Amino acid sequence: MPLKPRTLFEKIWANHLVVQESDSPAVLYVDLHLIHEVTSPQAFTGLRNRGLRMRRPERTLATMDHSTPTTPLGLPMADTQAEAQLQQLADNCAEFGIELFDMDSPQRGIVHIIGPELGLTQPGMTIVCGDSHTSTHGAFGALAFGIGTSEVEHVLASQCLLQEKPKTFEVRVEGTLERGVSAKDIILALIAKISISGGTGHVFEFTGSAMRALSLEERMTVCNMSIEGGARAGMVAPDDSTFQYLAGRDSVPKGAAWEQALAAWRELPSDPGAAYDQSITIEADELVPMITFGTNPGMGIPITDAIPDPAQTSNADVRHNLEKALAYMGLKPGQALLGQPVDVVFIGSCTNGRISDLRLAADVLRGRKVAESVRMLVVPGSQAVKQQAESEGLQHVFRAAGAEWRESGCSMCIAMNGDQIEPGQYAVSTSNRNFEGRQGKGGRTFLASPLTAAAAAVRGQISDVRTML
Amino acid sequence: MAQFTQLTSRVIPLANRNIDTDQIIPARFLKVTDKSGLGEALFSDWRYNTNGSPNTNFVLNQADHQGAQILLAGGNFGCGSSREHAPWALTSWGIRAVISTSFADIFRNNALKNGLLPVIVDVETHKSLFDLVEELPTAELTIDLDSQSVTLPDGATMSFPIDNFSKNCLLSGIDQLGYILSHEARISAYEAA
Repeated sequence: MPLKPRTLFEKIWANHLVVQESDSPAVLYVDLHLIHEVTSPQAFTGLRNRGLRMRRPERTLATMDHSTPTTPLGLPMADTQAEAQLQQLADNCAEFGIELFDMDSPQRGIVHIIGPELGLTQPGMTIVCGDSHTSTHGAFGALAFGIGTSEVEHVLASQCLLQEKPKTFEVRVEGTLERGVSAKDIILALIAKISISGGTGHVFEFTGSAMRALSLEERMTVCNMSIEGGARAGMVAPDDSTFQYLAGRDSVPKGAAWEQALAAWRELPSDPGAAYDQSITIEADELVPMITFGTNPGMGIPITDAIPDPAQTSNADVRHNLEKALAYMGLKPGQALLGQPVDVVFIGSCTNGRISDLRLAADVLRGRKVAESVRMLVVPGSQAVKQQAESEGLQHVFRAAGAEWRESGCSMCIAMNGDQIEPGQYAVSTSNRNFEGRQGKGGRTFLASPLTAAAAAVRGQISDVRTML
Repeated sequence: MAQFTQLTSRVIPLANRNIDTDQIIPARFLKVTDKSGLGEALFSDWRYNTNGSPNTNFVLNQADHQGAQILLAGGNFGCGSSREHAPWALTSWGIRAVISTSFADIFRNNALKNGLLPVIVDVETHKSLFDLVEELPTAELTIDLDSQSVTLPDGATMSFPIDNFSKNCLLSGIDQLGYILSHEARISAYEAA
C-alpha cells in the first residue's frame, strides 16, 4: 500500500518521535538546542536542584545577545544586573561543558542569526531555544520553535521535549514581488490578514513560487515572524537555494557525508497531494510595502492606506482593541501614515539584521542623509554580519548618512541593553514586535522592512520607498 | 510544581484582547537569574504611573480585587515572547488561574508547568463572567479541576476542556520532566538508532 502523502512537518515530526503514549503528549527528540542569557539561568538552577547532569552538552550552543551592549565598550557594563546574568551564563556553560560564544567571540551574535550562519541549522532538524523567534530556523526546512525555561531544563536534562502535535497551515505565496516590496512585507501582509492569533495551534509551511524565489535570508525573515501570526513554527521546504547556502559552512557535513545529507534532505519536501489542516494564498504581485499602525503586528496596512476606523468594526472586542491601540500610538482613524514624522529608525534584529538587510538599507542611504530630526541605529545581527558589512564598506555609507553603526545584538528590538526609544517617540523599526513599550516604556513602534525604514530615516517621515529607488 | 485541585476566589477582570507577555512583564525585568519577586513587576507599565506611584485606575490596584487569584482576561492571552517570567510574575502576585477564550501556545505550555491553570471558556460564557464581575466586583468563582468546572455564586456551573496529561500533572503537582526521564531507555534507543 502506498504511504499517505505527508507534509514536510509530518516527516520531521515522525523522524523525531521517541515515545507516543495514548493520552500523553509526544516525547520529541531535539537535535539542536540554542540558549542565551535571559531564559536559561533558572533552567540550570533547576538541573542543579534535581542533581541532574546534561544529557548531551554537545547538542546545546550558547550565545550572548539580549542584554549585551552594542557600543564597543565590552565588559564591564554599566548595567550590573545584566552583567551578572551574562556571567551566570558563562559559569553555567563552563560547569556543564557547553560551547559559548561570549562577548569576545567573533562568532557571537543574535542566536537566530548565528545558527544558520555557522551551518548548525540544517534541513530536517528539530531546533528549540528559549526564544519565540526560533521559528526563524524553519527557513531551512527544520522544525524550529520557541520554548519556555522549564522546557529548556527538560532539553538540558533529556534532550527531549513533551509536545502536543500541532496542526498544519499552508501559506502559499504565488507570483512576483514588485521592486521595493520584500520578504518583510509578505509576512506583515499575512499577519494583517489572519491576525496575531490566526496560526495558534498550527505550524506554517510557506510554499509557492514567490517563496521559492526568495533567498534563504529572506525566507528567514518570513519564518521569523510566524510566531507573530500565532504559529510557533514556520517552515520552507529545502531546495537548491538551501543547499547552496549551506555548502561549505563550518558545521555542515563534508565530503561523502554531505552527499548523504543532501540525499536525505531531498526527501523532506511535502509530498504531492499532502493535506494541510488550513491553507491560505497570498498573491505576491498585489503586495505593496506594509507598515503597522497599532500595538500588535497584526495591525498592519499597505503603506499607502489610511488607518482603519474602529467605528467601522462590528466586533466590540476588536473595536475596543483598535481604539486602545490608536490612543497609545497617538494616531487618528482615517489618518494617512505617509508623512507621519518619526524620531528613531532601527535597522537590525533577528528579523532583519542579516547582511542582505543591511545592503538594502545602505542602497537607500547611499548619497543621502538621515534627516536632522531622526536618530538612526544600524545594528548588525552578528559579529560576522558586521565584519561582512565592513568588508563591503557599508559602515561608511551608514556613517556618512549620519546613522550610528553598532556592535551586534538584539538591541532596540527588545530594549534590554539601554538601546531604547523614549516615551512618546515614534520609531520605524525592522524588528518584529510593536507591543506597547516593547522598544522602551512609552515608545511607539511602526514595524516595516529595511527599505521602508531607511526611507523614513532619510525623509524624517513615513515614506513610500518605491518613489526613492 | 504547585498542585492545583480546587480554587475559590474573587476575580480580576482585564478585558483587553491579545494581552502580550511584554505587558505581563516588560523585558527590562528579565535580567534576573532566579524566579523570585517578579510579582512586583507584573503588568508594570499599566500598574504604575511614570513617577512609580500606583495607577489607581488599574484593576490590580483596586481594593475589591486585592488577594484575588483568578484573572479573567481577553482572548489570545499571553501572545508574544516565550518568557516563562510571565507565569512566574502572575503566580508570584498570587494568580492561580486565568480564564479566557483562548491562549497563545507557548504561554499555555509555560503556565501548565507552573501550577497556573488556563481555563478556556466560550465567548458567551466569557462575556457573562465579565458582566458578573462588573455587577458584583467581589463575586467569587470556584474552579474545580477534577470535574473541569467553574461554579458561579448562584450555583450555576460551566465546564472547561483540558487534556488529561496536563490535568493529572496539575492535580498531583508533579512536573513533566519526570515523565520524560522515565523513558530514558527509549531515548537511548533513539539515539543509538
